[in-house]
Amino acid sequence: MISFSQVYKRYPNGFEALKNVGFTLEAGEMALITGHSGAGKTTLLRLIAAIERPTSGSIIINGQNVSALKSGAIPFLRRNLGLVFQDQKILFDRNVFNNVLLPLQISGFSSRAATGRVRAALDKVGLLGKEKARPITLSGGEQQRLCIARAIVNRPSILIADEPTANLDADYARDIMDMFRSFHQVGVTVFIATHDAELLGSTQQRVFTLDHGELTT
Amino acid sequence: MSAWLSHHFHAFALAIKRLAGAPFGSLLSIGVIGIAFSLPAGIYVMLENLQALSGRFSGAPQLSLFLKLETNQDQVAELESRLKQNPNVASFRFVSRDQAIEQFRQGSELADVLDGLARNPLPDAFVITAKTPSPEALEGLRAELGKLPQVEHVQVDSDWARRLDALLKLGRLAVLMLAALLSFSVVAVAFNIIRLQILTMRDEIEVAKLIGATNRFIRRPFLYFGAIQGIVGGAVAWLIISLAIHLIDEQLEQLMRLYEINFHLYHLSLEDSLSLLLFSAWLGWTGAWISVSNHFRQIEPR
Ligand SMILES: Nc1ncnc2c1ncn2[C@@H]1O[C@H](COP(=O)(O)OP(=O)(O)OP(=O)(O)O)[C@@H](O)[C@H]1O
Ligand SMILES: [Mg+2]
Repeated sequence: MISFSQVYKRYPNGFEALKNVGFTLEAGEMALITGHSGAGKTTLLRLIAAIERPTSGSIIINGQNVSALKSGAIPFLRRNLGLVFQDQKILFDRNVFNNVLLPLQISGFSSRAATGRVRAALDKVGLLGKEKARPITLSGGEQQRLCIARAIVNRPSILIADEPTANLDADYARDIMDMFRSFHQVGVTVFIATHDAELLGSTQQRVFTLDHGELTT
Repeated sequence: MSAWLSHHFHAFALAIKRLAGAPFGSLLSIGVIGIAFSLPAGIYVMLENLQALSGRFSGAPQLSLFLKLETNQDQVAELESRLKQNPNVASFRFVSRDQAIEQFRQGSELADVLDGLARNPLPDAFVITAKTPSPEALEGLRAELGKLPQVEHVQVDSDWARRLDALLKLGRLAVLMLAALLSFSVVAVAFNIIRLQILTMRDEIEVAKLIGATNRFIRRPFLYFGAIQGIVGGAVAWLIISLAIHLIDEQLEQLMRLYEINFHLYHLSLEDSLSLLLFSAWLGWTGAWISVSNHFRQIEPR
């Protein structure tokens, strides 16, 4: 469950990126968040993972009050989230397999147990044949799948994706969206930021709209 | 437990991989650490050897106990029994005043002068060999025997050994100071190497933090790295000292043969060697730790 109430976010330079944002996303629900560029979508997602802290208001994730979380507890919050970043944050000095392995190493999996999970995650996103490949040799869509594989390998209960279909052609974008829908169907809470109009047209999910930091729907 | 093990194994493997990944840089820094340590440790070994050697030359630790001139036979006998009971006395020999003057007369050109004296000016004496050869023990024995009523004066025959010992003590102090200074440089080396690593691994650290790595998780491989570098540096220092001892020993053996002394240089004891390795590992770890805690704050996820 993700629940915002009266959340404000003012950046150190004084810019108010979110104003009085409140909504609740139930466990197992899937939703999209849209809005013009600079509306505050990324900011909102970063608040969920405690990458940014709210200026005021409360954010509850799976019953935990993130806005009051001690910094020592933040890593453990993040391990329960699957995060796909707008700027991807792929590590280009290691192959596909090791990129996906990283979250498991962080959680302390033995390498045998981890190998199976990495393969399963790569299989789900259709990259099993490329586990030895360098990320730089992947196409844009494949890199995006790599990010998704890394986000789901820990089997998180909440999956958060920031512009996962940016710069992809329509077919590829639909593939990716289908993938998220399949995670949703097995009970994962899915929250996706996008301004891809086509994606919005073809969906029956809940859609939030941000406008200059304010939630309009 | 298994997560804990896996974390440490992972960190250790990563540290080794990073060391091997930049072999030239690793060798250089390990060399620097090794040389820095070989200086104080090497001097320490030499001092230990000097002490052992001085023990060889000074021979049995002896004291001369000169009695008061008016001492009579009974008092000498009493003193003798006291010396027999003293646990710090290994053996003793009585030299009567008559014997003494006889010896003196034979070994001296002043015999004529002695003949001119009305009475024998020399006192009765005991020559005592102490159980323990250390200067402290000799000094203690001297003070103890000096308090006896019949005793006029106690002479420690190995004053030069005491002086040498004082010099060795001074040398050890110098070694300690040198070690402290060079330890600082070892910490500085580790600090800088880790700093460079952190800078080149910014992305990796940032991503790891974003997906739930604790600071500890990120810190651990760096600490292992510093410790491994330190311990290998310590081993290099040990090898440098071994080589030096081997070379010097060959030269020394010929010299010693001239004096018909069978003496070989000692290496660091097992205990000292282990201390050296542990200490250098600890210094590397410390340098890494300071570096990591200093630079971590700069890498917050964006
Ligand atoms: N660290 C920051 N400091 C100051 N202002 C920031 C910071 N990060 C974002 N902003 C501002 O906050 C506003 C919202 O940014 P955000 O990245 O959330 O937008 P977005 O909706 O994700 O946009 P896009 O669709 O382009 O990704 C923008 O105007 C941006 O300039
Ligand atoms: Mg954004």
